[in-house]
Amino acid sequence: MTYLADVFALARKDLLLELRSRDTVPAMLLFVVSTLVVFHFALPSDSSATAETGLLWVALLFTALLGLVRAFVAEREDRALDGLVLAPCDRSAIWLGKAIGVVAFLVAAEVVALPAYGLFFRPVEWELVAAVALADLGLAAVGTLLAAMAAAGRARELLLPLLFLPLVIPIVVGGVGASATDDPGRYLAFLGLYDAVFAILSWASFEYVVTE
Amino acid sequence: MSTSLRNNQHVVLAAAAGCLLLAGTALAFYWVPNAPIEGFRQRIFYFHVPIALTAYACFGWAAWKALRLLWTRERRYDLESYTAVHMGVIFGILTLVTGSIWARTSWGHWWVWGSRQLVLFLVLFLFYAAYFMLRYSVEPGPRRANMSAVYALFGVALIPISFLAIRLAEDLVHPVVFTHDVQSRLTGSQLLTFLVCLVGMLALAGSLYVNELTGKRLDVSLRELREALE
Repeated sequence: MTYLADVFALARKDLLLELRSRDTVPAMLLFVVSTLVVFHFALPSDSSATAETGLLWVALLFTALLGLVRAFVAEREDRALDGLVLAPCDRSAIWLGKAIGVVAFLVAAEVVALPAYGLFFRPVEWELVAAVALADLGLAAVGTLLAAMAAAGRARELLLPLLFLPLVIPIVVGGVGASATDDPGRYLAFLGLYDAVFAILSWASFEYVVTE
Repeated sequence: MSTSLRNNQHVVLAAAAGCLLLAGTALAFYWVPNAPIEGFRQRIFYFHVPIALTAYACFGWAAWKALRLLWTRERRYDLESYTAVHMGVIFGILTLVTGSIWARTSWGHWWVWGSRQLVLFLVLFLFYAAYFMLRYSVEPGPRRANMSAVYALFGVALIPISFLAIRLAEDLVHPVVFTHDVQSRLTGSQLLTFLVCLVGMLALAGSLYVNELTGKRLDVSLRELREALE
């Protein structure tokens, strides 16, 4: 139970920090809405449903990236991450706590992005909501681990997209498939599989990324 | 292992790779009969597919060494995993090039999104190219070794997941119209040629791996010596 308490404390710290400083989430909100507006002008007026859904997923991906680039900023300043690693708790709890925070940020951004998409493009159906929820878990799991890696590098803002994008191509496939075809079940199951595989991998390997 | 024996190992591997690849090329061009539908151009199959399988083998080897590194924390596995990824990327680029040539001769386009193998290798190429960016961006040391190992392990998980994703995406974006239907019915002579080429490519990769590893080890010890002298 102490493990869960650690995770909860770490996630709470991230959410409180964000609530007080309001650094990341407002930027993500503004970014995702402006991206949707840009996409409206980039698309021809008679574009298909698949094209519009595809662009929504691109927007969500880049919004997630925007949040992830900032995920370990607080830990990097004053070397707080070293302190966390030295704390008497399981290292994977750091990953889990951070990932929960990232999911919360993503959900906050999507609570605005999906209605905006419904308003600008086409009505939001339950398949899209389910796919976005599943994708959030995968994006947060993989993204948190890669953000911790990138935070150790010299060019972190530059490095994270390079590490992140090839790894999340399957999420885009699952997401677009679930929201644009008649048979969303297969694609939702695929998203679930992706989440399970990469969440377990990230959970098990986070310790090695932050320790020597 | 004594130095002379190790040098011999290099030579034997390189010679085996050379002989097998020469033999494979000769078999592929002069011995195997033309394929029924694709004709002469199908012969690139004997190079393209072994190169692709060798690239997978390199990525798998890199992941195995990465696992060993995380397990035992022995430093030498870092260089071994790095070298294997290096070889994997070289063979991956060769797969893209030969696949592109095959697509051009079969379908008239240099790039075909309907070809699973090509798309998968493009994703893998992007993924493993970022591996080099990661290594160059982080200071050398045990933490970089750990990160590289974790990233290499993610790679082998990504291969089947991406393959599945590409299959799913085919139904989504474009129905499959292109298939290379050669693997399913290999005759005896085709199978033999294919195996000779495959073993030759693996030997070539092994030989390059051993050479590159020696070079990288030398590089590291040279740097350590220089630091010790300064």
